Amino acid sequence: MLIINCPLCGPRDHAEFTYIGDATKNRPKSDDISNDDAWYDYVYLRDNPKGLHEELWQHSFGCRCFVKVVRNTVTHQIIATGMPKEDLILDEKGFERSV
Amino acid sequence: MKKGSSEVFSFKSRRQQRLDDGGQINRLEPINFTFDGKKFTGFEGDTLASALLANGVRLVGRSFKYHRPRGIYSAGIEEPNALVALRSGDRHEPNTRATAVELFPGLEAKSQNRWPNLLLDYLQINNLLSPFLSAGFYYKTFMGLPGWHFYEYFIRKAAGMGDGTKFKDPDKYDKKHMHCDILIVGGGPTGIAAAVTAGRAGARVILLDNHPTLGGQLNGELFFLDEKPAHYWIEKCVEELDDMEHVTIATRTSAFGYYDSDVVNAIESVSDHLPEPPDYQCRQRLWQIRAKRVILATGATERPLVFSNNDRPGVMLASAARRYVNQYAVRPGNKAVIFTNNDDGYKTAFDLARVGIEVVAVVDSRKKIPEHFEKELNEKEIEVIPRSVVVDTHGYFGLNSVEIGTLSQDGKTIESNPFIVSADLLAVSGGWSPNVHLYCHSGGKPVYNDAVEAFVPGALSQNGHSAGAAKGSFSLNDCLHEGHDIASTLVKALNFESAKQIIPETNEKNIVPIEALWRVPGKGKKFVDLQDDVTESDITLAHREGYVSVEHLKRYTTLGMGTDQGKTSNLNGQAIMAQEKAEPIEKIGTTTFRPPYTPITMGTLAGRDIGLSYKHTRRSAMHNWHKQNGAIFVEAGQWLRPQYYLDELEQPSKENMDTAINREVQTVRTSVGLVDVSTLGKIDIQGKDSAEFLNRVYTNGWTKLPIGKARYGIMLREDGLVFDDGTTSRLDECHYFMTTTTSNAAAVLSHMEYYLQVQWPDLDVKVTSVTEQWAAMALAGPKSREVLSKLLPTRNVDNESFPFMGVREFDIEGVPARIFRISFSGELSYEINVPADFGEFIWQRVLEVGRTYNIRPYGTEAMGIMRIEKGHVAGPELDGRMTAADLGLQKLLSTKKDFIGSKMMDREGLKDKNRPRLVGLIPVDKTSRVKSGAILVKDPTLAPPVPKLGHVSSSAYLSPTLGHPISLGFVSGDIIETSKKVWAVSPLHNESHELEITDPIFYDQKSERLHD
Ligand SMILES: [Zn+2]
Repeated sequence: MLIINCPLCGPRDHAEFTYIGDATKNRPKSDDISNDDAWYDYVYLRDNPKGLHEELWQHSFGCRCFVKVVRNTVTHQIIATGMPKEDLILDEKGFERSV
Repeated sequence: MKKGSSEVFSFKSRRQQRLDDGGQINRLEPINFTFDGKKFTGFEGDTLASALLANGVRLVGRSFKYHRPRGIYSAGIEEPNALVALRSGDRHEPNTRATAVELFPGLEAKSQNRWPNLLLDYLQINNLLSPFLSAGFYYKTFMGLPGWHFYEYFIRKAAGMGDGTKFKDPDKYDKKHMHCDILIVGGGPTGIAAAVTAGRAGARVILLDNHPTLGGQLNGELFFLDEKPAHYWIEKCVEELDDMEHVTIATRTSAFGYYDSDVVNAIESVSDHLPEPPDYQCRQRLWQIRAKRVILATGATERPLVFSNNDRPGVMLASAARRYVNQYAVRPGNKAVIFTNNDDGYKTAFDLARVGIEVVAVVDSRKKIPEHFEKELNEKEIEVIPRSVVVDTHGYFGLNSVEIGTLSQDGKTIESNPFIVSADLLAVSGGWSPNVHLYCHSGGKPVYNDAVEAFVPGALSQNGHSAGAAKGSFSLNDCLHEGHDIASTLVKALNFESAKQIIPETNEKNIVPIEALWRVPGKGKKFVDLQDDVTESDITLAHREGYVSVEHLKRYTTLGMGTDQGKTSNLNGQAIMAQEKAEPIEKIGTTTFRPPYTPITMGTLAGRDIGLSYKHTRRSAMHNWHKQNGAIFVEAGQWLRPQYYLDELEQPSKENMDTAINREVQTVRTSVGLVDVSTLGKIDIQGKDSAEFLNRVYTNGWTKLPIGKARYGIMLREDGLVFDDGTTSRLDECHYFMTTTTSNAAAVLSHMEYYLQVQWPDLDVKVTSVTEQWAAMALAGPKSREVLSKLLPTRNVDNESFPFMGVREFDIEGVPARIFRISFSGELSYEINVPADFGEFIWQRVLEVGRTYNIRPYGTEAMGIMRIEKGHVAGPELDGRMTAADLGLQKLLSTKKDFIGSKMMDREGLKDKNRPRLVGLIPVDKTSRVKSGAILVKDPTLAPPVPKLGHVSSSAYLSPTLGHPISLGFVSGDIIETSKKVWAVSPLHNESHELEITDPIFYDQKSERLHD
């Protein structure tokens, strides 16, 4: 029943989206190829936070954009959305989109 | 049967209980209906329960566990007792609440949970066995004994609800999505006042009520607003709201769940009050409402009191008794005792007395009796017995007398000898519990309020604001004001100008506070949960056995687990547990309320998404041709594909599945065949970094692929295991065309989009699915080149001009085509892609041209057999657990570049030499059909645990080319080295077969047929 604000399409029902996963994981650069820990972390390690979680959803039945979503895992409230590489940072009032 | 055996209660002695006038029923519209096959008449405006009471029917069911006679207990959706089966045949519906069923012509209802009939129910022996049937009895007694499965059938039959129908539901169900500024749940005084204020302010308002008309509790009361009966005010408000275009009033619509993002789901009973839905109309409609703000004006539910034998027909909630009198003009009894711990019982006493029902006494457990009722009590000559309780009741099929005693100071014993008065109606009120269910669904935590002795909403969660009785404000004046006030606050928050509303004056008396009375001393069965037959002693037993948390209490005793979800019982049960533990109720807490608030039909949740609409069916552009030419279809994901063709021309009446598949394989191997491969995923890739991108996505090298060439590749996941395989062709400098397996088409696209958008946004590449845009067919067989050259008379398609893995863009009959010389069957083969609209035309054209070579279409079975013969991996091998080496594809792993999975694929476990790897398998007897999925072991006679050596992934029950069955499978590396044979076992089918391990390529190992 969530409404996700797609940065390209605007607010849409979550049924149009596919949940992808943790948005904080970045593929280690190829010169990190010997860094086992970085790869282990990227491929396997996922936090299961109680509270705010940065995650990716794909607007599969819309523009097919990957959307970064900051969601409260306790209340399911969506605090902010943006493009995958966008920094959605916390200020004193809670999460807000930085431009 | 002790007391009741001498009593004769039959339908013949029924007394008509309808009042001569009053009520909100339409006496001009009599309605005939049946109950247990007997004919009755009620009026428009009746519920089934009020019509039964009007006809003097008190006994309507048997209880869940003890099969005790039960009557109508309430006048609303909270009903725990009067559950009946409604309608018959394919519209038969069990467990409907007689108190919530609107009477309609021809209504057919049956009592439940009795055998053979209501008066003579053999299972009432459970009542005599009841000392043994305490909480947890069945599990303690039968579980763990051998044969639980045997007892279970009888236990479930004895302790059960109504039976469902086995027929298909004939009705339609619909869904509707709504948006509004303010959603108001509940059309009682609070909801109406809120709607008027919000509507006047100009907010988009939706007002829901589960009854046929608005008014809520007001419809069951004799309230005066501004000195006129309350319905004048209701009508005036409804008229005003009806005139507002931005206000939607939905009656017979019950909000059953409050979800995330302030979404409230409701079920509209469109046709349930009719014998059957009108033509083209649905039975019920699901509303999914997204509201900016929600007002929960859901009211409150009256609680029973817990005393010995408090379940007999004739015992009823006090508010229900007066609703039957006021709204339905029915006498629920003729001689009444009222038992109360709050002011509510007095209202009932007065309303009953007003219509001539003899009120024997008001038994009030409180020490302080309300003085403001004194005048009216004297006028109506109603006796009040203070600090007293009903100790016990008598009457088997229906109440006939009540024992009254005085409570000791500490409330734990009865002081004097109880005295008996005769009565056929006992109206009870244990106070009111706010309906906090939707508030809880929204994420709220209710808190205990001592003043009203009930759980009330706590802090706000989401935007659902409780008001009126739902908030614990039980006076009408408070309800009206709170409705107005909350609406006014919320419209302001949404930037509307707030609107004025003059709240009418009420005629309420002051209220003397409730004094909690959770249970009455006494020895008889004291029911807490009438629907689940949970008694006070079950709760004390649960306490003694340590099931003290409310969630454990619920599961151990089944308290509140019936279809009513404990609407009348939860708090009493929790309070008794609190007393046992000597802790305050707020410490005990309350169980979690979950949707749905009231039972809903599965049909409404499914809506129109049933049958063929349940999932999409995808058909290729050539589907109609297949259908007209003997294709037998098989589902492949959402696709329908020809599995094989029953070719009547070929061998009339002789053709069957096996011969057809055989014939199709031989046609391709010896001459030429045509197969529809439109279902393969097709992805168009463009952009100047496309080659670099493919190089990262596939394991092999792509930068040197020339224009006009195709290449086979595999993709890994980041963890190093194989994800998918397929062919990608270079059409132009920056333009590629990728094919994926049918089942992974969507996943591969999303996989690539993820890397392009999230990990490598710097790459200039665009990917688009074009699966639907292209129809594809593979022309395969030694004669395929001859067919192609006839199709393209002006083109040179010889081996040099159009070599293996070549790609050409030619026009066929003026249709632009992409032709790929690639092969899945192991034969010389051309995959022809044309725009989907021309698919059928080109398909027919190819068959026409190929007629001289006896060309035949073939289906997925023949295709599958040929790829097994050729040892090609497909879906069953690419199961997400295999490395490239497991599949024999290690030569496709480039060592000169990084690609997705290249880091993780070299982990020790994935390089283990003993990992199962792809092999061919042939039954030693050359005839056995080995099931795919069979487990490979060393010896079928071993006792478990038997080490697993691998599994069979794909099987051809007969390879027409080789003349015997063949399979592909995976066998541990060490076994391949040391042993030539394994056993395939399929314990489910009780089968085992000895297999010879071979090379996975059974046919044309040097692939000469592809290259020449
Ligand atoms: Zn979008």
